[in-house]
Amino acid sequence: MAYFLQQTINGLTLGSIYGLIALGYTMVYGIVGMINFAHGEIYMIGAFVSLIAFAVLGLFGITWAPLAIVLVLLIAIVFTGAFGWAVERIAYRPLRGSFHLAPLISAIGMSIFLQNYVQLLQGARLRTLPALVSGGVTLFRENDFEVRISTIQIAIILLASLLMAALTFLIEHTRLGRSQRACEQDMGMAGMIGINVDRTISLTFVIGAALAAGAGLMVTLYYGSVDFFIGFLAGVKAFTAAVLGGIGSIPGAMLGGILIGLVEAYWGGYVSGAYKDVSVFAVLILVLTVMPTGLLGKPHIQKV
Amino acid sequence: MTSKILLASAAALVLAAGAARADVTLGVASPFTGQNSSFGEQVKRGAEAAAAAVNAAGGINGEKLVLDLQDDACDPKQAVAAANKIVSANDAAVIGHFCSSSSIPASDVYAEAGVPQISPGSTNPKLTERGLTTVFRTCGRDDQQSAIAAAAIVSRKLGTKIAIVDDKSAYGKGIADGVRSALAAKGIQEALDDTTTQGDKDFSALISRLKAANVDFVFYGGYFSEAGLLVRQAREQGLKAIFMGGDGIAATEFASIAGPASDGVLMTFYPDPRDNPAAAPVIQAFRDQKFEPEGYTLYSYAAVTAFAEAVKRAGTVEGAKVAAELHKGSYKTVLGTIAFDAKGDPDTDPFIVYVWKAGKYVPLR
Repeated sequence: MAYFLQQTINGLTLGSIYGLIALGYTMVYGIVGMINFAHGEIYMIGAFVSLIAFAVLGLFGITWAPLAIVLVLLIAIVFTGAFGWAVERIAYRPLRGSFHLAPLISAIGMSIFLQNYVQLLQGARLRTLPALVSGGVTLFRENDFEVRISTIQIAIILLASLLMAALTFLIEHTRLGRSQRACEQDMGMAGMIGINVDRTISLTFVIGAALAAGAGLMVTLYYGSVDFFIGFLAGVKAFTAAVLGGIGSIPGAMLGGILIGLVEAYWGGYVSGAYKDVSVFAVLILVLTVMPTGLLGKPHIQKV
Repeated sequence: MTSKILLASAAALVLAAGAARADVTLGVASPFTGQNSSFGEQVKRGAEAAAAAVNAAGGINGEKLVLDLQDDACDPKQAVAAANKIVSANDAAVIGHFCSSSSIPASDVYAEAGVPQISPGSTNPKLTERGLTTVFRTCGRDDQQSAIAAAAIVSRKLGTKIAIVDDKSAYGKGIADGVRSALAAKGIQEALDDTTTQGDKDFSALISRLKAANVDFVFYGGYFSEAGLLVRQAREQGLKAIFMGGDGIAATEFASIAGPASDGVLMTFYPDPRDNPAAAPVIQAFRDQKFEPEGYTLYSYAAVTAFAEAVKRAGTVEGAKVAAELHKGSYKTVLGTIAFDAKGDPDTDPFIVYVWKAGKYVPLR
């Protein structure tokens, strides 16, 4: 039981990170109906911006962890949001209304570009950050096995919940959220009743990028090492989470993220670490074949 | 008509003369990008410094030694592509590759073309066990390394419940399997076996497993980036086991990734070539350029020295003859005097056990 609980804590931590990234996939899909394959790279940029911001704040002597984390979160959101905005403006908007596959191919190109851009600018080597937050709490012991949650794991789960709550509020109770829901239902009609569709789509990308920046910050803190290639695997896993939850559904992305994190942790904990990633992708294939709408997705009805 | 033939033959002569006076090109293949690029940097720095020293001493038989750098990103596919490039560029020999999983497939390409290959860092036994006459290495072998690791585990009583984890790479699995069988030969059965994947960042599931099995000693076969994260996360989860790795964690990045958790981590590695008094001027030259010749730097340096000397002795750059020359006699290098055996393995000292302390490794007393 203790062991199960420990793996659940591990899975929840991982899942919160996947969930945050998955939200970016699902929001964009909900509105423009495309998979933004460059989103994993946006997350990687968020991690790099956080790393650099921590270093810069360190130079100014700001090392008190809570303050540094809040400041870095703001910096990361601003810079990563700018990347999210630019990607949409450069690579997707000119292709809106073009044939269906065009933005998808453009997204893959963008992903390759961003990876190489960071590799050239920051080098191919692993960048490291000394641990800012250390320690943890032992919840209880059971025959020598102590169930432990580290401070950073608590911080990750808290921060992710906070960001997800903020997003839910934004979608449900603000003007921007209303515009987003309107665009999701019918973009042409939304434009006719005076909603600025381009601006709404741009902001959706910015919000997705901001959430990815949050995930990037957490990963930087949690693992303390970042390289230009981390966006790929995390991106594919978050995409799996979005599909599992039902792509286009916001609560679905959060749920999917948590479930994928748990699958990974339980597989690694009970079966073997060897095919941990394979277990996640097996879920993707299973969902796509058995239940393509996902857990909370709406069936897509083709109207004639 | 005759003037045309004359002109053509004159042109041909000029070309031939050009080829004869050409520099000796030496391929250097290593991961210059990707997560193992710190090792690539060591190989590159070592080879560059050695080539500069050879050229400063008058080159090889009057010809200049130039390097042809090829990136393999420690990826087997890219390594074969790099090997093909080196072969088609007619390089006289190759220093590399670094990762065993790159060196082994690439060695077939070199062997077919008769190009001598000297790896400064591939420790997997298989590299020199396949009867190829053109393959050499200046580093040791994983089977020597695992035997020494296993001997240390037993004689120093490092643990009673032992876990062995590897990253499934040719190097990582090779050394971990070596430790497994060496321990089995001493009648010790490991309590837990598991694997990770290169590029993994999250080891929490594995660490909980180690905790649940009450493991007090972990041997990790793999490279520093995963090992560093594994140790760091293990300490955060409160796992108190002793960790031990092989030469794959011999990079200062290991300590910067793991942070204070790196203190007390054990490692098998060669006796530090920096302690060799004959190497002092070379080491000083590196330090003057603000580069610490750690890890494989001097192994790469020695590989270039041995190659240059073999070409001098053979009097030709022809691959087969240089390879035959390398098998004979001994070579004075920064690592001391090396002689290659029939397989291409060096006769250098075996490994010793180090312990990490405050970001550096020191021999374990």
